[in-house]
Amino acid sequence: MNLTTNYLGLSLKNPVVPSSSPLMRDLGHMKEMEDAGAAALVLHSLFEEEINQESHVLDRYLSEGADSFAEALSYFPEAETYAGIGPDGYLRHIEKAKKALDIPIIASLNGVSTGGWIRYAKEIEAAGADALEVNLYYIPTDLELTSIEVELLYLNVLHDLKKHIKLPIAFKLNPFFSATANFCYRLVNAGVDGLVMFNRFYQPDLDLEALEVIPNLVLSQSSELRLPLRWIAILYGRVDVDFGLTTGIHNAQDVLKSIAAGANVAMLTSELLQKGIGRISDILTNMEEWLEVNEYEDIDQLRGSLSQLNCGAPAAFERANYLKAVKSYVI
Amino acid sequence: MSLKKFATIDANEAAARIAHKVNEVIAIYPITPASPMGEWADQWSAEGEKNIWGAIPHVIEMQSEGGAAGAVHGSLQTGALTTTFTASQGLLLMLPNMYKIAGELTSTVFHIAARSVAAQALSIFGDHSDVMAARQTGFAMLASNSVQEAMDMALISTAATLKSRVPFLHFFDGFRTSHEINKIELIDNDTIRTMIDDQMVQNHRQRGLSPDRPVVRGTAQNPDVFFQARESVNRFYEACPDIVQQEMDQFAELTGRQYHLFDYYGAPDAERIIILIGSAAETAVETAEYLVEQGEKVGVVVVRLYRPFATEAFLKILPASTRSIAVLDRTKEPGATGEPLLLDVTSAIFDGVSQGKTAFSALPKIVGGRYGLSSKEFTPAMIKTIFDELQKEKPKSRFTMGIVDDVTHLSLPWDPAYNIERNDTTRAVFYGLGADGTVGANKNTIKIIGEGTDLFAQGYFVYDSKKSGAVTVSHLRFGPRPIRATYLIEKANFVACHQFSFIERYDVLRMAAPDATFLLNSPYDAEETWARLPHSMQETIINNNLSFYIVDGYKLAREVGLGRRINTIMQTCFFALSGVLPQDEAIAAIKKAIYKTYRKRGQLIVDQNNAAVDQALSHLIQVDVPAAASSNFERPPIIPDTAPEFIQSVTARIIEGLGDSLPVSALPIDGTYPTGTTQWEKRNISTEIPVWDSDICIQCGKCVFVCPHSVIRMKVFDPETVGEMPETFKTAKARYKEFPDMQFSLQVAPEDCTGCTLCVTACPVKNKKQPKFKAINMAPQAPLREPEKENWEFFETIPELPRDQLKLNQVKYSQLIDPLFEFSGACAGCGETPYLSLFSRLFGDRSVVANATGCSSIYGGNLPTTPWAKNDDGRGPAWSNSLFEDNAEFGLGMRAALDQRVDYAHTLVESLREVIGEPLATSLLATEQANEEEIAQQRERVETLKSLLQDKIKATSNGHAASMEQLLSLADVLVKKNVWIVGGDGWAYDIGYGGLDHALASGRNINILVMDTEVYSNTGGQMSKATPRGAVAKFAAAGKPLGKKDLAMQAISYGNVYVARIAFGANDAQTIKAFIEAESYDGPSLIIAYSHCIAHGYDLKFGIDQQKAAVMTGYWPLYRYDPRRTENEQNPFQLDSRPPRKNLEEYIYNEGRYRMLKQKNPQAAAELLKLAKADLAKQWQTVEDLAN
Repeated sequence: MNLTTNYLGLSLKNPVVPSSSPLMRDLGHMKEMEDAGAAALVLHSLFEEEINQESHVLDRYLSEGADSFAEALSYFPEAETYAGIGPDGYLRHIEKAKKALDIPIIASLNGVSTGGWIRYAKEIEAAGADALEVNLYYIPTDLELTSIEVELLYLNVLHDLKKHIKLPIAFKLNPFFSATANFCYRLVNAGVDGLVMFNRFYQPDLDLEALEVIPNLVLSQSSELRLPLRWIAILYGRVDVDFGLTTGIHNAQDVLKSIAAGANVAMLTSELLQKGIGRISDILTNMEEWLEVNEYEDIDQLRGSLSQLNCGAPAAFERANYLKAVKSYVI
Repeated sequence: MSLKKFATIDANEAAARIAHKVNEVIAIYPITPASPMGEWADQWSAEGEKNIWGAIPHVIEMQSEGGAAGAVHGSLQTGALTTTFTASQGLLLMLPNMYKIAGELTSTVFHIAARSVAAQALSIFGDHSDVMAARQTGFAMLASNSVQEAMDMALISTAATLKSRVPFLHFFDGFRTSHEINKIELIDNDTIRTMIDDQMVQNHRQRGLSPDRPVVRGTAQNPDVFFQARESVNRFYEACPDIVQQEMDQFAELTGRQYHLFDYYGAPDAERIIILIGSAAETAVETAEYLVEQGEKVGVVVVRLYRPFATEAFLKILPASTRSIAVLDRTKEPGATGEPLLLDVTSAIFDGVSQGKTAFSALPKIVGGRYGLSSKEFTPAMIKTIFDELQKEKPKSRFTMGIVDDVTHLSLPWDPAYNIERNDTTRAVFYGLGADGTVGANKNTIKIIGEGTDLFAQGYFVYDSKKSGAVTVSHLRFGPRPIRATYLIEKANFVACHQFSFIERYDVLRMAAPDATFLLNSPYDAEETWARLPHSMQETIINNNLSFYIVDGYKLAREVGLGRRINTIMQTCFFALSGVLPQDEAIAAIKKAIYKTYRKRGQLIVDQNNAAVDQALSHLIQVDVPAAASSNFERPPIIPDTAPEFIQSVTARIIEGLGDSLPVSALPIDGTYPTGTTQWEKRNISTEIPVWDSDICIQCGKCVFVCPHSVIRMKVFDPETVGEMPETFKTAKARYKEFPDMQFSLQVAPEDCTGCTLCVTACPVKNKKQPKFKAINMAPQAPLREPEKENWEFFETIPELPRDQLKLNQVKYSQLIDPLFEFSGACAGCGETPYLSLFSRLFGDRSVVANATGCSSIYGGNLPTTPWAKNDDGRGPAWSNSLFEDNAEFGLGMRAALDQRVDYAHTLVESLREVIGEPLATSLLATEQANEEEIAQQRERVETLKSLLQDKIKATSNGHAASMEQLLSLADVLVKKNVWIVGGDGWAYDIGYGGLDHALASGRNINILVMDTEVYSNTGGQMSKATPRGAVAKFAAAGKPLGKKDLAMQAISYGNVYVARIAFGANDAQTIKAFIEAESYDGPSLIIAYSHCIAHGYDLKFGIDQQKAAVMTGYWPLYRYDPRRTENEQNPFQLDSRPPRKNLEEYIYNEGRYRMLKQKNPQAAAELLKLAKADLAKQWQTVEDLAN
């Protein structure tokens, strides 16, 4: 069965792409993914904020107490270099991954400043990444900030990046835009090569005993697939861009649904964290089986077939769908 | 710019650069002020820096200087070129080996940053009392008087030792030279290669022990031959000076810098001569040359090679016109006819004159003077005074210079206004806080000027003795000629005050010259700034015609993300105002320095500092100085007038920075000082202080317990028994079932808090409506200062509850007792001091403390004020520090003395049973004093006994009188007395370990508290045997490869030692339990206390969390081993912590010492982590096995 797909100008052997996660910090894990059949890998994010934080911490403990007391003018031996500070470690990781693996490597960048976006993107490009996924992990909490300004922020980042790098760029979006379709349309017009739907924010939990807000990471479930599925189905064929579906991919059915909605690739992490990297080959096998049983010529035949454009009931993706679903419950 | 290669470095680095190039093995041990030499050597070797033969020297950290000397001796004997670095007591510990090394004619150079040897007190500062104590060892002694010379003489001495076979002490003055940054010309590798004769190196190696050519060296000799054998070395010492001179000459050919064994400066026909060694020679020469320009016939002989003393060369250098000589020694030899150099000079001249070998025929007048002990200032004014004295018919034959001796009247008075500094030198003084980066920026400034221009530059930095809120004063000089002034700036062209609060504490314009520029970091605008200056300060600005500028450094630092680090902002303003460099050049140079300093730490830090530079000048404002002073206030008195007389007349002067002006009579003769003096020094260093929420507080006492500076106190009291409460004084109903009708209050000493916030972290209560608030919260100090001062004063008048009514084994009760350790100068958030505070509460009224040198002896005993205090009865810990290495023995000696006196007192009570009366005598002897109640009863009995004895002695004429007198003088020992032996891990695990082990094995009733910070904290974080695997420390830059020594288990192996491993942040109840059990155990006790530390590399407000994490990961298991339990057939080992329930990473990677390795070498970090985890598993298995 021909599972090949194109994503961000890259020709991929299948649409299964492990998404950005801490698993990518380990070259061994990455190799396992490739061996299990992953078509490409999205690296863990280079977090500008994390780099800045590390710098601040290092600066602080090297400076704290220094030149204050005659007997102890410093408290640590200074090293010539700190490989773990700045983007170097990440960039070397890209280089190593490119050498060790044959599949495309998509870098992920999470920036906070204009300078940071451009500098790090350039360095990522120079390090040999095949594409860049931009992750604007941003919660607009400012009461004065309008939705237009938020959207402009994204568009400006895209504009700056396109000016300085030649790498294909995908934007990983969150699902909370008030006019998602229009915003995606504007991103595409501004030159984005791919849209990854959707980012999952870590939702903090509350500890009633300790009266504290606690960070909490909950892995995704297949049911969460519905949201990105819907939006990719809505946008497929209407905007000229590649789609990556992320969140809720756990099995072959989920991948096949993603493709049917119009996605070029389906991205997964939770399943691998829970059940192991070997799940990639299971999913691929099951996909092939399903496609064969259902007599598809190739996976391209499935692509977008259940999008709003092509499906039999386009209204199902819109508001009526909600009303119908609610009515279907009998009290 | 010339083509010569210059660097602006200090003498420690200068000497270490050569030492590292010309040695193969370097054995080190940290000691101030020599530690940086070892640290440099270790760093260079760790970075793969090679010596001139292309090999990387092996650097080995030893457990003591004695150990380092032994290792040096062994290495030398096995043929390696070997060196070490040390100072003070460290050098004294090396003496036995030095005799051996010299006796065996072994080539080596020991580099010494000369420092005072502790006498009536320890001092880390410079004089020659250490090197002069080594002059008899057989080592040659070559002095460097400047940073340049430290590099030059390091090489010359190495070349000379290889040729002469005589080992060398190469020394320079601690701090004044070791820490002075100066622009020097570097010595290139070719010069070093030329100076070091490879044949001599091979000869040295050939003399090394080898089984291929076996010899015996180090025999025992008998009266028949020892003497002759000792004399067999004479010809080597005779030849040595000539060899040194040859090397100096060769060096001159290579570098252009000519030295001689003795150098003469001044008038060729000088009649008055000063002879001296060390950094003061620079000032003496500069002054003599100035005076010669004025037509005075004076000269200076600078002694470079002191041992062997080359009499002929010395005599040759003295002008024929010599009439009178002052020999200056920077050491004191009580009881001697004179100090060492004086005796050598006198003897040489006497020999010379008597043998006709001098250019003069009559014996000149020779007088001797002491100066500069412990880095005491030695200025041109003093030099001139000495020259003037030499002009007298009868100059004072023995004098001191630089102090006012109003007791033995030895001192010579000098004119402080006398100044010879040249106008072409820019002199700048900067007042800063340790935390604001002032010193670091000034070091960069010197480098910028020294290395970026043809100007010469010098920097010297004065620090106070506090570890928190430390004040630094930087003295910077720049000029077109080499700067030789080895004294502090007295008249500055530029004065910067980087902290606005200093203007109410110090006379910061004391050093401002007329027409100088004054830069003040001020949070106020120009008008308000002016209004907030004390009247006298305004007058100084007006009368001295100062140009006055302000900049709001903190505001800008915050804006650009630098927090409280204002260094680059102030530095930029300095360059702009001083005009040392054109503005554009200066800014480019500052940015270059920023890049060099910070690039390793990340681009962000560079960017933020650059932003600060770019914006600094737009924030710089010139203040229009009015024609007349207008403010109506002055700096408040440094000490309240309610303080005792000694505090007013002595301590206050020292606090004010005027200690130099105190006369000899003001100071105690034997180093004995009153306790409880920190209470008078109000430092106001924190901008925020804790505020108590009485409504939600559960009165647990945890905030009081953890406060490192004992600034939070709590009391339970009957409101009827106290006076009228101040308006804002807070109370709550006491939540103690024993005291149902009483009130509770928790009070903060507002002027003593360091703002560490450990109290907030420790508070277990949250405000239900707004959980971000606890029962104690930080709030700005300024508006609270006055009301809380009043509250604090009232709180102090509330009486403590009687100790015997309190369950002292519980936190909330124990904290109702006032600590007898308060307001120390320890770091904000210190992890050691809560243990001392607790100990002082529990047993301070009956304890003698032996304190090992280290952090605790510095924050515990460094003048001007000390934290050990006394209670309302006048009782409290009696404290002393002997040395670093001997503290356990010191404490054991205290115990022996107390035991003997108790035995004797018991004997006397027995013998006077009839006189004392049966019930009293029996009860005096029978009591076990096992609890507070029994101790209180015994105190009463002893008071009764003393009163009785006093009455009886008056009325008795029989033979009992003498015994009664004896018993009266000893009676107090009948009340239980403890000995607490206190120190850090550097002492307990390393240098003092042998003694500690012996003390534990003595079986005596001693209590040892090891506050384990896992590094040598006081000297800046060097590795000790307590340092854990994988942590980065100095001398373990690549992460400590081996695990921590298990001192507790070693002690447990004795079987009769009480041992506890505690961490107050993890389990305060267990901590208290351990202290009480240790004290009550009639035998040796050892408490090993986890102590978070600034050298761990994180914000210490998380210290408690880290203690918890250390315990939860199993890294620091809590346990107690009590030998008494075996008597009841119970397991003596009690495990007080639960099995590990956190990953080690969750503990260690919160700390810089571990993260640093991850940042430097992630692979090594991962490997060491794996091993550390295995250590943990093994350790947990061991403690679990013992517990079961």
